[in-house]
Amino acid sequence: MAKIIAGMGTSHTPAIGAALDNGKSGEPYWKPIFDGYAGAQAWMEEHKPDVAIIVYNDHVNAFDFRIIPTFAIGCGSEYPIADEGWGARPVPAVQGYPEMAAHIAQELILNDFDMTIINEMEVDHGLTVPLSVAFGQTQQWPCRVIPLAVNVVQYPAPSGRRCYNLGKAIQKAVESWGEDLKVVIFGTGGMSHQIQGPRAGLINTPFDTAFLDGLSQNPEKLCEIKDIEYMREAGNEAIELVMWLVMRGALGDKVDEVFRFYHVPASSTGVGSIILETGDYHEQTKARTAA
Amino acid sequence: MAQDERNWHPPKETHDYDDIPGTVVFDAQRSRLGYNLNKFLYSLMKADNRKAFLADESTYLDQFHLIPEQKTAVMKRDWNTLLDLGGVSYALAKLAFTDQHSYQFMAAEMTGMTQDGYLNMMLAGGRSIEGWRSKKERGEA
Repeated sequence: MAKIIAGMGTSHTPAIGAALDNGKSGEPYWKPIFDGYAGAQAWMEEHKPDVAIIVYNDHVNAFDFRIIPTFAIGCGSEYPIADEGWGARPVPAVQGYPEMAAHIAQELILNDFDMTIINEMEVDHGLTVPLSVAFGQTQQWPCRVIPLAVNVVQYPAPSGRRCYNLGKAIQKAVESWGEDLKVVIFGTGGMSHQIQGPRAGLINTPFDTAFLDGLSQNPEKLCEIKDIEYMREAGNEAIELVMWLVMRGALGDKVDEVFRFYHVPASSTGVGSIILETGDYHEQTKARTAA
Repeated sequence: MAQDERNWHPPKETHDYDDIPGTVVFDAQRSRLGYNLNKFLYSLMKADNRKAFLADESTYLDQFHLIPEQKTAVMKRDWNTLLDLGGVSYALAKLAFTDQHSYQFMAAEMTGMTQDGYLNMMLAGGRSIEGWRSKKERGEA
């Protein structure tokens, strides 16, 4: 049976990808960020997930405004890298898992989540920067990827509670897939940031810290945060944090925080990351280490 | 086929998010107003289109049936007006990239700060929320 072993929350700031692609990761501005993610890469290296479900938003690259799906799941076999306006990132194309994605899509729809199905699309920094910070520079991504796109670009985004409940349905769908697989789910975007208008550059570190604490200890409380509160307190684009609640919902009640990192700034963003192991998996790992 | 936005009449609705200072929320009404503008910006994902646009901006823009204020604002790179007229920041970034600028460059211009001033604010931890929560609080509403 497939199991979700952990969730990773991470910002997906495009400038982080650009810094890596342009050989700037050792520069004083960027070094603290890449040093910070080293712990996440070590975790991925040790636990070797077979499949990553990446909850992210497209930034007017795969989706223009002809059609705006609130929740969409990628059932394609391969996703090329989008040219977002400065040329495509020089990273490998992303390998999908169409059979498993189709199973998840079907289960989600049967459980009252009206998913849009994507069979073909290009993926942008929202999906590739999380891969880069988790797996580093590579010729081939070490796992298959199921993209799950959430509209957070055109107001309103789905509520935090709705996202959390989608996560719960994803966990059920994954665990009804017969193959023995380790699955990690990514919640991406955020943390506090505003990248438009005269208020651009807003960062709210106490908000971000409380959000990271809440993921570990009290996700129910985070589900009560309304869109206006994200936008007002943590910046218009901080609404992306609802995607972290999809991730958290897919982990079950009990989690163990095994990695956390926070840094300001990357471009205009408060960068945060967290890895939460699901309770069962954490116990197994601990028992194995002890033996 | 191009959609015609020249006779677009927004309903007079008020929203809780109208009170957030220095912020343009891209909602369904604004998306409607900006449909052709964002379509133009989306076209800049192709290198050939970027080249054609830079070679003759006015002619290139004419195929997208923008309202005149949008066209002028594109040519002036008047970012805040473009936000008001329905441009979404992620699409506007493609115009900044076409000019070989970064997202941060565009964000700094939107604030009216210098590039160095903006960079230094970010390095010092970013813009504080204090004083930036509410138009009412700032006496702007």
